[in-house]
Amino acid sequence: MVDAAYEAEYLAAARTEARRYALGRIGVYAFLTVFAIIYLLPLFVVIANSFRQLPEITRNGLIAFPRSFSLEAWPRAWSHFCVGGACEGIHRNFYNSLLMTIPATIISSLLGALNGYVLSKWRFRGSEVLFVCMMLGVFMPGQIALMPWAFVLGHLHISNTLQGLVLIHCVQGLSFTTLFCRNYYISIPDDLVKAARIDGAGFWRIFYKIILPLSPPILIVTVIWQFTGIWNEYLFGVVFTDGAQQPITAALVALATSQMNAHAYDVTGAAVLIGAAPPLLIYFLGGKYFVRGLTQGAVK
Amino acid sequence: MATLTVARLRKRFANVEVLKGIDLAAAHGEFVALVGPSGCGKSTLLAMIAGLESVSEGEIRIDGRLVNAVAPKDRDIAMVFQSYALYPTMTARQNMTFGMESRGVPRAEQEAAIKRVAALLQIEQLLHRKPGQLSGGQRQRVAMGRALVRDPKLFLFDEPLSNLDAKLRVDMRTEIKKLHHKVGKTTIYVTHDQIEAMTLATRIAVMHQGQLQQFDEPAVVYGQPANMFVAGFMGSPSMNFIPAALSEAEGVATVEMALFGGGVARLPLPFRPARAPAGNRVVLGVRPEHMFRYADDLKLRKPAIATFEAPVEVVEPTGAETIAVLKLGERDVTGRFDPDGAPRLGEHMKIGVDMANVCLFDPSDETLIPRAAN
Repeated sequence: MVDAAYEAEYLAAARTEARRYALGRIGVYAFLTVFAIIYLLPLFVVIANSFRQLPEITRNGLIAFPRSFSLEAWPRAWSHFCVGGACEGIHRNFYNSLLMTIPATIISSLLGALNGYVLSKWRFRGSEVLFVCMMLGVFMPGQIALMPWAFVLGHLHISNTLQGLVLIHCVQGLSFTTLFCRNYYISIPDDLVKAARIDGAGFWRIFYKIILPLSPPILIVTVIWQFTGIWNEYLFGVVFTDGAQQPITAALVALATSQMNAHAYDVTGAAVLIGAAPPLLIYFLGGKYFVRGLTQGAVK
Repeated sequence: MATLTVARLRKRFANVEVLKGIDLAAAHGEFVALVGPSGCGKSTLLAMIAGLESVSEGEIRIDGRLVNAVAPKDRDIAMVFQSYALYPTMTARQNMTFGMESRGVPRAEQEAAIKRVAALLQIEQLLHRKPGQLSGGQRQRVAMGRALVRDPKLFLFDEPLSNLDAKLRVDMRTEIKKLHHKVGKTTIYVTHDQIEAMTLATRIAVMHQGQLQQFDEPAVVYGQPANMFVAGFMGSPSMNFIPAALSEAEGVATVEMALFGGGVARLPLPFRPARAPAGNRVVLGVRPEHMFRYADDLKLRKPAIATFEAPVEVVEPTGAETIAVLKLGERDVTGRFDPDGAPRLGEHMKIGVDMANVCLFDPSDETLIPRAAN
């Protein structure tokens, strides 16, 4: 009772504080929502256009609220649409991309794991120098390697083939996968390897019985990183392949640039979405582990 | 039969010599403790015996066979690591069978070995668990189990107890001692804990700065330390080192030392030193437990008692005993007293020293001055 005045003052202060907090929250949410919309709007436009009818798009404009609905664009984009004379849609390029991305992802991830294993657990004179050299690959833009690759592919007679692209992506990606795996394996205690050596296990047995079973967190990271990176890459695809050999990213470029008459926005939209689906899917499935894997080892 | 011989062993990392000519031998069934402060080279020595580090110079023999260039897996050894190094993705059983699988031991034999060892270590109910689901003490048991299933010639332990809490450490120490009695394997045990070394070992190798300081039975290492480093390292609280002079009174060798506030105490020795150091300067080494509150009956029980007086500076009762710091000359000395009749703060106390147990060191090279054989 004596404290009534004091209490009132206290309550008033608490109320102001609560109001300030609420306002702050609203500000934060509004700010983030605006950015989310900015990022999601293009996706929305593309999705919407892929389900609109072409005449309606031409009439109302590309960026407009959809007023028609059609499923026609999807099968056209997949198997009928004509690009540069061939009327096969993009399904062949989609398969090409799968045939390129899956082997290149698996090979570069496993080689990266093996490299990381050697560089962290079987160090030798000069292994640190080698590691630093490999790391330069992380900072080297792909276009620097264009001419050398043209030379190599030509000599191996695998220009304009998927095998050629698989080779390129394996080598180009190795720096990343090696870096990831080596840094992850550094946190695995050396005592495990020593114990296994005393237990009679050799180089390979230690790798696949002890190191690989501990690797899922980092392998998920390299697989997601490599899969999305290789799938989305188009410079090498455009330069080293053409027509039916092209991966989907290169085909999308061709599709977007080769249309003589009225632009088929509906088909383009569907094709782009088909091309974007696999990396999105991979990320939805593994994104949680991706973030977890990247931060693992950092927290210890 | 399994013996270990280490001769003139050296290890260099780049330009740093971490082991400077180690000679060591373990007889069959012996328990040798390698003890020393961190950085003394004891773990490196163990890793070299295991084959995990290469030999720069000298030789290592197991059962007479030179193993310098033999791979760890072919040395027929088993090792327990400080971190236990259990394979995290495998169950306790798989951890224990991994070595046998690597060596292609038949399944039935593996099962029998697991059964035998699991019963010995009482870990039957833990076999299906992974290391993450085990407590520290249980991991320790599984790690020892992994070493035991293979029935190796040589057991190597690298500070196996230092990751356990104090209580568990004492229990596991007893377990390891029991185990060694039961199994009777030649064992090399690295530790920085001198109590572990004292309690477990049949012989102790004390190491310091890459050199072997002393290699002998625990009682000898404790009672007749080869030099002041060993004397100071073994035992807690440490041995007191008191600068003193050697003289002769009435045909008896006597130690003279300065008292606090002036004056000299003369302590007659019950033995003769084998040699007299330069200028008769010596360092008198007295262990804290060899100091007593003087009483007349003390002389009856310990005939070699000599006395001096000193003021009490600090009193630390631990329950079982009372540690007290006394002022002697310019320095502090530590004594361990019975709680009955413990020193009181500020008291000027009459101390009885059991001279039968003191050591004399040569201050010029810090080595023990041995006792002359009568």
